[in-house]
Amino acid sequence: MDDTQFHQDNYKYGFTTDIEVEEFPKGLSEDIVRRISTKKEEPEWLLDFRLKSFALWKKMEHPDWAKLNIPPIDFEDLYYYAAPKQQAEKPKSLDDLDPELLKTFEKLGIPLQEQKRISGVAVDAVFDSVSLGTTYKEELEKVGVIFCSISEAVKDYPEIVKKYLGTVVPAADNYYAALNSAVFSDGSFVYIPKGVTCPLDLSTYFRINAKETGQFERTLVVADEGSYVNYLEGCTAPQRDENQLHAAIVELITLDNAEIKYSTVQNWYAGNKEGMGGIYNFVTKRGQCRGVNSKISWTQVEAGSAITWKYPSCVLLGDNSQGAFYSVALTNNKMQADTGTKMIHIGKNTKSTIISKGISAEQSENNYRGLVKVMPSATNARNYSQCDSMLVGGECSANTFPTIDVKNKTATVEHEASTSRISEEQLFYLQSRGLDMEKAISLIVGGFCDEVFKTLPLEFSVEAVKLLEMKLENSIG
Amino acid sequence: MILNVKNIHAKTEDSNEAILKGINLQINPGEVHAIMGPNGSGKSTLSKVIAGHPDYEVSEGTVEFNINGEMKDIADLEPDERTKEGIFLGMQYPVEIPGVSNINFLRESYNAVCTHQGAATMEEEEFRRFLSPKIEKLEMDGRFLDRDVNSGFSGGEKKKNEILQMATLNPRLALLDETDSGLDIDALKVVANGVNSLKSKFNAIVLVTHYQRLLDYIEPDFVHVIYKGQIIKSGDKSLAKELEERGYDWLIKDYQ
Repeated sequence: MDDTQFHQDNYKYGFTTDIEVEEFPKGLSEDIVRRISTKKEEPEWLLDFRLKSFALWKKMEHPDWAKLNIPPIDFEDLYYYAAPKQQAEKPKSLDDLDPELLKTFEKLGIPLQEQKRISGVAVDAVFDSVSLGTTYKEELEKVGVIFCSISEAVKDYPEIVKKYLGTVVPAADNYYAALNSAVFSDGSFVYIPKGVTCPLDLSTYFRINAKETGQFERTLVVADEGSYVNYLEGCTAPQRDENQLHAAIVELITLDNAEIKYSTVQNWYAGNKEGMGGIYNFVTKRGQCRGVNSKISWTQVEAGSAITWKYPSCVLLGDNSQGAFYSVALTNNKMQADTGTKMIHIGKNTKSTIISKGISAEQSENNYRGLVKVMPSATNARNYSQCDSMLVGGECSANTFPTIDVKNKTATVEHEASTSRISEEQLFYLQSRGLDMEKAISLIVGGFCDEVFKTLPLEFSVEAVKLLEMKLENSIG
Repeated sequence: MILNVKNIHAKTEDSNEAILKGINLQINPGEVHAIMGPNGSGKSTLSKVIAGHPDYEVSEGTVEFNINGEMKDIADLEPDERTKEGIFLGMQYPVEIPGVSNINFLRESYNAVCTHQGAATMEEEEFRRFLSPKIEKLEMDGRFLDRDVNSGFSGGEKKKNEILQMATLNPRLALLDETDSGLDIDALKVVANGVNSLKSKFNAIVLVTHYQRLLDYIEPDFVHVIYKGQIIKSGDKSLAKELEERGYDWLIKDYQ
């Protein structure tokens, strides 16, 4: 078996779905922005939002501060809208979807048909530029939880969307935020009403299928006073030789005493051993704890993408609010990751926790970048950060770039960091206790990531362990 | 016979000179062998070579192990496969595995070996019950099962943990590499008792040690002295006593 063969086998989500696609011509212009808006039958205010964002983007420069080697991206050579043709008239029930699409999601382990659905988790299935639909809609409606695609939300709940969209991540925030705000196609919308603990976990599954297509999804989660939701996100893409751009925005908002737990297992196609192909994952994720005693936690397992540029952050506005960031980032082959978080303390007695675990193998580069900022108003703010790196093999690198900016003397900020290697002695020790090489590696890596995996829902943490196992199989020995 | 080491020569990948230069050793079920010798003589290397440590290259000779009643060359078996067949190496320096609980580690190990041998595996609760008397025997604090593997363990706890692993896996051949080092006299007695209670006519134990001390508590049937990669003298337990009184020099002189 040669290397390419191995790697093809190794990424089991690398298949493509053969389906007729409706797409707009390549390239980005005001006309394309208008066409996306028209296609989605959007109200004037949203078209306006898009056009302003597009005007901003045109004036912005591609960011170059991350420790990444990003080849120039030709934004004229991308499709900005692609959708399976059948979606023109959206089927009423997910059971009526094109069988090819149903088969695709079944293959990804996310069956959408009524009878086969995963219990306890409601899923929004996003395929290229559109949401195919959400499961368990009726059950959620009974308790007042809104879970639908953002396009539907714009039509059905325009007030809520208008009130919150772009308030956490404004279009001017950064280059890719502006781009997303101009051309975002679909994504998920969640609203949890006052006092409601969401009875199901909510989950969005992102699938990029079309060739040379950018995916610009937009997710907005609003947890009203005293509510709680557990949100999960999964991502895969076919194996292609060209790079594909994924530039998403996720905005989370918690009001008084509300809590959002947001977990991601990211397994976009990462390119082959020589670094050819793979997804560019340039994502802006940010949560705002607006209310007192509110909480937002991000847990991410980043195991895919050719290049990752992603900093899920928390703005702690409300007094006593809490933010957390738990991350495992694994890079192998020629992958590059520059990922971390920002914790902005504004309210009094705000608290944040950062646990970051980076694993780099082969010739990959894995960087943690973090900012802890305590504003003058944030009396008694507290932060604890821990950043650990594990190196597997000799040609990879790991760096941490923590920035701490404290403007209030009552704040307590702690930062710990470590770098380690999987040692031959550890491997031999486990092997000489009857565990084969794979099992030994997965135990060591699982142990290293334990603090983060503990924060994942059980089925996600099992999946995460398997994913790391699979990725590292070929990296040692 | 359980183990037959025939004319083994071994070296590390980056050393030119062999560390083992023609070792011969036969071990039968029910026997206790002590491998002694000055520092750097190759005694630890011998046990690692038998266990399949990847740092060592065998350039000549064979190691045969009794598998299903037949003596088989185990050169092609990975370390985990050797363990599954019944070889156990108690380490001189047990390694720490942060984030992995001892109970999880022990159970994974036990289940891996049981699966290979066609025995039933155990769920955690049952496994805890299975371990409980073994832990008591070794006078260990039960809470250590929920601590990370060897992390923050004292020297004595680490060595007891090795013997607990041996008790858990019930090997046919146990190689105990410097199990006595780093133990105070009370811990040494406990560990020795533990090993003695695991002795049977079906298994064999090899004690690799620098000192006679351990042999006061675990009585060997055979004592071998390794020097410069060769066994220069074999005898019964009286040889160990003699070494204690006279040191290694007289043997080395004889050899030279």
